[in-house]
Order: sequence, then structure tokens, then C-alpha cells
Amino acid sequence: MVATTWPGIDPEWSRIISVASTSAVDVPGTVRSWHLLDNGAQLARLGLTPAGTLLCVHGNPTWSYLWRTLVAAGSNPAHPWRVIAVDQLDMGYSERSGTFRRLADRINDLGDLTDTLGLDGPVVTVGHDWGGVISLGWALAHPQQVTGVVLTNTAVHHASDSALPPALRLALHPAVHRWGTTTSDAFLRVTHSLAQPPLPTDVRKTYMAPYRGAARRSGVGNFVADIPADASHPSYPALNNVAEGLRSLKVPALMLWGPRDPIFSDRYLKDLVSRLPHADVHRFEGAGHLVAEDRNIDAPVFQWLSANGGVSNGGSTDKSVPATVGQGLNVAADGKPGEFRPLWAPLSEQATGPAQGDTAVAEMAPDGSVSRSLSWQQLDNRILDLTAGLWEAGVKAGSRVSLMVPPGVDLTVALYACLKLGAVVVVADAGLGTKGLSRAVKGATADFLIGIDKALAAASVLGWPGRRISVQDLPAARRRMLGVETSLAALARQGASRGAALPTHPVDPTAPAAVLFTSGSTGPAKGVLYTHRQLAAMRDTVAETFGIRSGSRLVAGFAPFALLGPALGAVSVTPAMDVTAPRTLTARALADAAAAINATVVFASPAALHNVVATKDTLSVAGHKALDGVGLLLSAGAPVPGPLLAEVQTLLPRASLHTPYGMTEALPVTDISLGEIRDAEAEAVAGTVAGAGNGVCVGKPVHGARLAVVPLAADGTAPGSGLVTEAAVTGEILVRAAHVKEAYDRLWLTQQESATFPGWHRTGDVGHFDAVGRLWVEGRLAHVVTAPDAVVTPVGAEQAIERLDDVRLAAIAGVGPSGTQAVVAVVETVPPSRKPGPASPQLAGRVREAASEAGVNVSAVLVVPAQPTDIRHNAKIDRSRLSRWASRVLAGGRPGAP
Amino acid sequence: MRVLVTGASGLLGSEVARLLVCQGHAVSTFQRRPSGVDGAADFSGSVTDDAVLRRAVEGAEGVIHLAAKVSFAGSAAEFHEVNVEGTRRLIHCARAAGVRDMVFVSSPSVANSGLAIAGLGAEPADPQHAHSNYSRTKAQAELLALAADAPEFRVAAVRPHIVWGPGDTQLVERVLARARRGRLPLLDTGAALIDTTYVDNAASAIVASLHRMEHVRGKALVVSNGEPRPIGELLAGICDAGGVRAPSWAVPGGLARTAGSVVEKLWTWTGRTEEPPMTRFLAEQLSTAHWFDQRETRKLLNWTPAVSLDAGLARLAEHYGSTSALPGDETPGWEKPYSMLAQKRK
Repeated sequence: MVATTWPGIDPEWSRIISVASTSAVDVPGTVRSWHLLDNGAQLARLGLTPAGTLLCVHGNPTWSYLWRTLVAAGSNPAHPWRVIAVDQLDMGYSERSGTFRRLADRINDLGDLTDTLGLDGPVVTVGHDWGGVISLGWALAHPQQVTGVVLTNTAVHHASDSALPPALRLALHPAVHRWGTTTSDAFLRVTHSLAQPPLPTDVRKTYMAPYRGAARRSGVGNFVADIPADASHPSYPALNNVAEGLRSLKVPALMLWGPRDPIFSDRYLKDLVSRLPHADVHRFEGAGHLVAEDRNIDAPVFQWLSANGGVSNGGSTDKSVPATVGQGLNVAADGKPGEFRPLWAPLSEQATGPAQGDTAVAEMAPDGSVSRSLSWQQLDNRILDLTAGLWEAGVKAGSRVSLMVPPGVDLTVALYACLKLGAVVVVADAGLGTKGLSRAVKGATADFLIGIDKALAAASVLGWPGRRISVQDLPAARRRMLGVETSLAALARQGASRGAALPTHPVDPTAPAAVLFTSGSTGPAKGVLYTHRQLAAMRDTVAETFGIRSGSRLVAGFAPFALLGPALGAVSVTPAMDVTAPRTLTARALADAAAAINATVVFASPAALHNVVATKDTLSVAGHKALDGVGLLLSAGAPVPGPLLAEVQTLLPRASLHTPYGMTEALPVTDISLGEIRDAEAEAVAGTVAGAGNGVCVGKPVHGARLAVVPLAADGTAPGSGLVTEAAVTGEILVRAAHVKEAYDRLWLTQQESATFPGWHRTGDVGHFDAVGRLWVEGRLAHVVTAPDAVVTPVGAEQAIERLDDVRLAAIAGVGPSGTQAVVAVVETVPPSRKPGPASPQLAGRVREAASEAGVNVSAVLVVPAQPTDIRHNAKIDRSRLSRWASRVLAGGRPGAP
Repeated sequence: MRVLVTGASGLLGSEVARLLVCQGHAVSTFQRRPSGVDGAADFSGSVTDDAVLRRAVEGAEGVIHLAAKVSFAGSAAEFHEVNVEGTRRLIHCARAAGVRDMVFVSSPSVANSGLAIAGLGAEPADPQHAHSNYSRTKAQAELLALAADAPEFRVAAVRPHIVWGPGDTQLVERVLARARRGRLPLLDTGAALIDTTYVDNAASAIVASLHRMEHVRGKALVVSNGEPRPIGELLAGICDAGGVRAPSWAVPGGLARTAGSVVEKLWTWTGRTEEPPMTRFLAEQLSTAHWFDQRETRKLLNWTPAVSLDAGLARLAEHYGSTSALPGDETPGWEKPYSMLAQKRK
């Protein structure tokens, strides 16, 4: 044992301690020798007083080395904590006892150790893998001392109705077990290989060092053999005690998880969350089993310790409210909590009011006829029936229900039924792409998945969690194949026959109601959690801002708003289109839908509007007439180009065209009409309003919302602590409103970063105000380019370049080191170039000139046949990806595709 | 101030001398040919000749050392004698004569391993990994010059990157000559991002470093326009200014680098002294990024380039316009060659 050669370890931490054993496996009087990493002496030498002790317990087959970053961080004078990372007996550099120590022994061993150490003051346990169980066992046995628990990729319970993970089954198989874990170092090697990215060679060697020779690996084999596969196993009672005991553990808990773990997958995380519902959870997308190696965990752990100041105040902290809920955004911007009316209240009022027999929801067929429709009363009844059916099937308050049903009558009924039950609806759409969708669905760990055939098939193939419910009744064979339990149709029938025997308790406004997903155009899609109050606030904001209320009649060509129709008391019709592919909406289909209900309002995404304009020649006289009646058009989700709006205006001559700005976390944030856009742009050109220009003008805050920016620093970040609303100051845009998200789902760290200003959401967009209070969006914070003499936000220059006749889409990206980046313009031309690569000198010259008029010096101009855009909106350019591509090309590499 | 400029017959050296004269300094020059700089006193000689060197530095307060062997041809020993030993002799004489400040004019190639350089500062000179006699000997010379820095004899190294301008025979004339004979290829797609230095800017930076010695002594600074451009566009711009058709054919960079090495060796073996059609150094220069972080340089020198890349190209065009069109050239036009290029790549 030579601690000086362990990368990342201060030899001062390494110590050996003798501990009298009281474990059943040892004869009385036995003394065991333990190896620890302990920064206690170092803290004393530095004169630092620790806030408490982190007791870190590794799993199998690692050792205390796993926690080296925590030990180092504990000695940081900014947040001193004593960090004790143990090598369990028979593991690491602790004694090889020659015994088979079972779970109960190991929990007791840890207690013997802490008794010998004489730990006093608050203790927060930290555990990984089977060390997680042991750390929790210690926590339950020391309620006076434990003030918090941190868990990384571990499990305390294995559902008896499901198989152990295949990797564990293999390791436990009699033919493999001894050879795989003890005779050879295969188990060690496989575990180390789970690190993503791979471990550096010296780190891997350090992990391996204490386990050289079969004699030193008996603990590894015994650990595996001690995993209780079923209730007959000798360690089952001890495991069960921990699993059940957890439910009474009220101290703050933090779970840091690497989802790419073949063993401790999301289902174990879900189980732990069900036992510790107040836990703060962060899933590091892309990280695996060895999350402490894959990601920097010391910063989040210490941030969490400081955020939970209570962990150092003894064990009395009662955090029974989920920590991700209740960040205090449920307050309207004027500071007064609004009166809470459930999302569905207007729907219920319509169903009992004079209009109860009128159409509430309708779906169009491709031939222009109405294929399905329900009156308000029918809709309300359907929802009630399904609510009862779902409840009988086990959907409860807090259950997570993934809805993979295209907008229309079925989705509307299912959505409102779930909400009424207090279930949390998880809405992930095909716009995330198969990979992104799969990642999102798995991460949200739904208990139920309600889906159309295609979604259920994907669920079978990709192993999405949740009990499966089809929309329509399926043939038995198909049902078995897809693993489908029942259908919405069957549940509604059951519900109807049982009558309204369902317990009715009013919904808790602060309880989670929905998880929606961001489009993932800047990194993996994030789940965004809304409470009932926030959903209701979104409805009220839309109603107030756009004047949509009962009596309004909407064509819902854009999914997020489509669901709000019934909640607004407005009639909604779904046009004949593939709503997951907005580009499939034709002018004819739009007109047919408008005609069916004499529509007054149209929701459509920019991509849908593109196609509507492109297919306008197919419109009949009647079609034109139907569109003539539309008074309001809303288009959101991505920037809507001015020329497109102008063309739309010719189709909807009487409509006021609005393009609200917002994001999955806050929708909508601002609003602007075409007329206002024209005024703003004219003022930008004329220079009559300070701050007008350099960006997309998105107008003024919607009803009840407040906006501010945190100014950009020279390094392209927004580190400041002051909120600014003065004109012409560029910064990260923050929004405060009653309808802003509650939290990011299972992304505790991301949530913390987005809420550094209490009550405000950091949007990750950059922009500025003008002198009359309009917001101009300049791009994404992550896409800001730091040139030597300027911080460059992309949108202003992009707009200038896109004014060139032969440029369709432009993107600004940076190459080179931060602070001295070269600005690159990547353009998609008309007609598109055949190959990606440098632009011709002539085009480059014109692009450079256009950008310089916007104040941006462009170094290189590259062309691409098509810009890389997000799937959902087909509009948001992945500038980070372009930047990586441009770096390769401009270094002299082969262009390839971006 | 009395300043001696060595190598003042070259494009950059004469510009430095001219600028110093303009600023009212007493300027003398030292090189084998007359400098042609009005108002400067010429010493004629070689840095291999101690006696003349001693006379030249006599009474000078500052020395700007540009004299060097830069051409392709020649033995390693010749490069060493002029670039390394010449610098050593000059330092020795200058110190002995009580010269206070010296600016050693170097080249970014002293730290160039052949890999792409994107936004780096002045990395340490590295003779061991240099790819040519020139860059190796300049690296050795820079190291010994900076090692000589002391409070009573202050030395700074300035590395202008690819200096060009009207009358430039190193880059501009070669590019035009090659393009005229159809022997100027684009390597790969010509996308490699290259920074260059317009000659006036290089000269003003060198003079600035003499004036800012207290801030820059002991340091090496890369100097450039700070306007990186794709090499293809840069060459096209130079060709355009010179009234020659731009390159219209592309060669894979790897192939060119290999071919350049082979050709270099052939040329060396056969003792040919004219410029070979492709050298490894040229292939690297044309196919990999070379642009630099200029923040430190500009701050230390309290200097910014006065002539932008586009303004420089305009001056170049004016120069060629006034010296009349080159015989046999066609009207410049980009679309045609580029569309030919596109078709070729189909």
C-alpha cells in the first residue's frame, strides 16, 4: 500500500485503524484492521472546523478511492467537512478476515468503526452500489447522528415479480460466480470498464491494486454471493429491514445517478424515490454506474450540503415535502397568490351550462369531414368514466402516466382524466427523435404508458417502463405481443359501469401535474415539472393575453396549445395532419377544420405555416371564406420569419397574427403581433428607439409575467447577481410568472442553476430590452461567441446575412479558445450547395459585408447543404454542433457533414 | 534614438527602417545590398563578418535584427552560420558597443510542430521539432537572443506571421507566379484558417516593441493582423489584386505534404537551387490552420494593426494596377474557376 502513488490522493488521508468487532461472524474479542481515507487530521492541521462528517461507503468491487474528490473537497476552506471514506473489511486495503461477512455483519462492522472513531456531531452518509445499502443500514441504526443521506447508483429492493439484471444473474450463476469474481479479476475489469468516459490507465490500476491475487478477492466474490435474489436468501431480512426502514427516514436525501448502468437502472432509482419521496434527485444523462468517476460529484454534493443548511442541525429536520417542489414560483408576479381554479374547471362549467350540448372537441378526417366530435357534456362524461376506470386500474395521485397519443379527442380525455386523479402526465413527443424520446421516457420512469400502437411497439422494443394501456381495444395476440394490459376504451367502459364510486378529494394545487420535455436542441431533452397551479396559471395567462375564453373556437394545429382548448372553455378541432410532423398541415386541411367549427382562432407552428402557404393554391372559395372568419392566429415554438407572416396574412386577411415567445419552462413569456413587429423593425432601422434592433423582437411580457436580464460578461457568461431592465443591455433573459415551471424533473443541479434568482427562471436565452420595454432575443447563452474584442450574440448578424437573396438560413458560431474566438458564418444557400465546405470568395465577401453591418467581424464563411436543426420545430439550429464542425474544417480537416 | 536595422533591404526590414526614419530616429541599416531607404545610413556587409558588424553597431542605442537566411535552398550549415551564429555575433557586438535594446525578428514557425494552430499565443521556440532548416535555426537564434536579455541589454522577440504587401517577393510574387503558370493548388478545400500580417502592421509592431521594451523584454510575441481567413479566400484575394486567375484545382493536403517532402529531398540531392514546385513546409502552411491569440501582443505593445486585410488587398491591387497589368493575364473572375472546381469534385 503506497498512498503516494494513488492519483488524486493526498497521502495524509490514508490511515489504518484497529477496530474491535461485535459482528456475529467474528468470535468475541476479534480486532479487525481497517483502512480509511480521512481528512480529519488535515482539517485540524489547517485549523478548519468541519460542519460535520461525510461517511462514505463504497460498493463492490471498488474501495475508498472512489470518494477521493469528496475527501479533497472536504478540506476546501470554503466548506470544511470531515470526510471519512472506508475500505470495507475484505475490500480495498482493509483486513482480509477469512470470513463470509453478510449484509447484517457489514452494517454492524460500520457501526463498530464509527464507535471506535468516536464520531460526534452530524453525519451525512454517502453510498454507492451495495455500499449504499450498508450506509443506509448504518443511518437507520444511528438516528441520533445521521442528518442526511447521499446515494449514488444503488438499490435497496428488488421487486419479486421481476428478474435480477442480467449482469448480476450472470455474476451469481454457480458456473461463473467463483471464477468470475474471485479466481479471475473479470468482475473488477468489467466494473471498471463501465466508466464513461473510460478511466485513465493510472486510475484503473489504482482501483485494481488492492485486489491482485485471488486470495485478496474473496471479499469481491462473497459480496456478490450475498445479494439476495429472493426471500429465501440469508441476507434478505437485513435488506428488507433497510428497504422498509427507509420509509421512516426523514433526513434530507440526495440521489446522484448515472442512468447508463446495466445493473442499477432507473427502475431502482424510482424505487428509492418512492421510499424517500423528499429526495433531491439529479440524473447525469450519459453517466453510468461509476457516476463518481464519470461526473464531478463533489461540487453538487457540497452545494447540496450548503443548500440544506439543516443537515448540520441534528436529525430533527423534517423534509417531507419533495424538495424539487415548492420553489415558490406559484406566486403571480404581482406577489399575490391567485385564486386556484383547477385546469378543467371551465370544462366542467361548460358541461353543466347552457352550451352542454354543443360541440366541445372535434377531429377532422382527411376528406374534410368531421370524423369524431363530442359535446361538452359527452366530453365531461368520458373523462369521468375514464377517471374511474384508471383509478380501478391503479392510477393514483402521484402516479406517472406517459401519454403517447396524438392530439385529438382521445388525448384530451386521457389527459384530463389523469389530471383529475392527481396523476402526473408525462408528455414526450416524437419531435425529440427516437433516441431522445427513449432517453426522456426512461428517465421519467412512468408507472403507466398510454399509447397508440406505434408507441406501444416502440415501448416493447426499447424497453420503456410502465404498465401499458392501448387507446383502442386490441386483438388478444397483438395485446400479448405488445404487453398491453388493457385499453382506454375498456377502462372507460368499466368506469361507466361502476358509476362514480371514486373517492373525490380536491386536487392539491402544489402537487405535480405534468412533465413536459424541452426540444433538446441544446443538449439532452430535459423534463420540466409543472404543478396544477402552474398549469392553471398557464391557462389564465393565455386567456388574458389573447382573449381566448368560452365561446372561442380554435383550430389546434400545435400540440401544446391544443390541450388547453377545453381548459379555456373553448371549442377545439384537430385538423387532419400528423401533429408530430407539423409540415403535414395543408391549407386545405386548415380551412376544412376552420369551416367545421367556424373557427375564430388558429394555433399553428411555424413549420406548419410554411406548408400552409406552400399549398395555398389548393384552397377552394369556401376554404378562403372559412379562413376569412379567423380573427387571431398564434404561432409559437420557434422564430417565425417576417416574410412568412406576410404571406399568412394574405390567407387570413382578418386575423391578427401573433408570435408569442416562450419555452417549455414558461409558455408564453412575451407576445407580439405582425404589426408590432413591423413597427419595431422600422424603429430599429430608423434608430429612433434606443435598444431597438440586433435580434428578434418578441414584444412585451404577457399578462402577469416579469422579465429582466443578467448582463453578459466578457467571457460570454452571465455571472452577475443583479437583474437589469434598462434598454440596450444584453444579458441572459430571466422570467418570473405564475405559470413558470416548478422544477426540472430529476435534475436537481440543473434546477439549482436555473433558479439562482429565487422566483425567477433563467431561460438560457440572451437578449436585451429597448427603450419602450420590448424584448429582443439575440440567441442562446451557450451559443455566444467570445471574440477578442467583443462578445458576439448570434441572431443580429444572422438576420443581416439572411437578408442576402441567396441565403436561406445563417448561423453564427465560434472556433478557437474562449476569449479569442474567430467568428464563423455557416450558411444554407438558395439553391442549396451540394457539399459542405468553404463558401466561394464572392459569397464569403458578401456575407462578411452583411455581418459587418450588424457589427460583427466574420473570419470564415462556410456553406452547408442543410443546417442541422431540431426535429420538433425544424427551425432551431444546433450552433454548438456547427461550431465543432467548423473547428475541424477550418483547422484544415475534411469537411464531412456538420 | 539611434537605431540599427539589419536586413533592411527586404520588404519588412525596409519598412521598419522607413517607419523609424519617419518617427525622427537616427537610422542606420546593415545588409549586403543597399537598403533603398531614404534618410537611413547604409552599412554594407554580412552578419558573418565581425568587423563590419562592430562598426555598424557603434553608437546605436537600439538594434532591430531582421537579417536572416530565409530561402529554401542551401545547406543546414549555411542556415546555421547566418541565422544562429550571425545572431550570436550581433548580440556580442551590440552588447560590447553598449546597445541598450534589441528586437529579434522571429517567425511563428519556430514553435510550429506542423499541427493546426487555432487561437494559441506565442508558444516556446522548439528547434527540435522544427520542420525546416529555416525554422530550426530561427528557433535556436530566438532562444539565444532571449537568453541574452538582461536589465542593461533588453531583448524581445517579435514573430510576425506571414508578412505580405506590395513588392513582397516571399508570398505575393510566388503566389502570383505559381497561379499564372497554373501551379498554385488549393490543398483540400482551401478552408484552413490562416492569419497574416500586412507589412505596415508588422513594421509598426516591431517598432512598438522597441518603444515598449520595459513591457516586452524577455518575451516572444506573435504579431498578425488578427484577421484569420480561409486560405482559399486569401489566395484568391491576392490573385485578384494581382490580376491573375485564382487557383482552380485542389490536391489532398496529406498527398501534398508527402509530395512536398519527396520533392524537397530530390531538390536537395540534385543540388537544384530554384524554388521547388511544392515543399513540405508550404504544404503545411497551405493545409492547416495558423491563427493566433493577439490579445496579449496588443496589450503589451499598446498597438493595433492600422491596415486591415481588405485595405491591404486594395493597396496590393493599386500596386499592381500602377505597375501595369501582367502580360498574358486574363480578366479575373471567381465564379468560373469555382464552378469548374465544383464540377471537378462531383
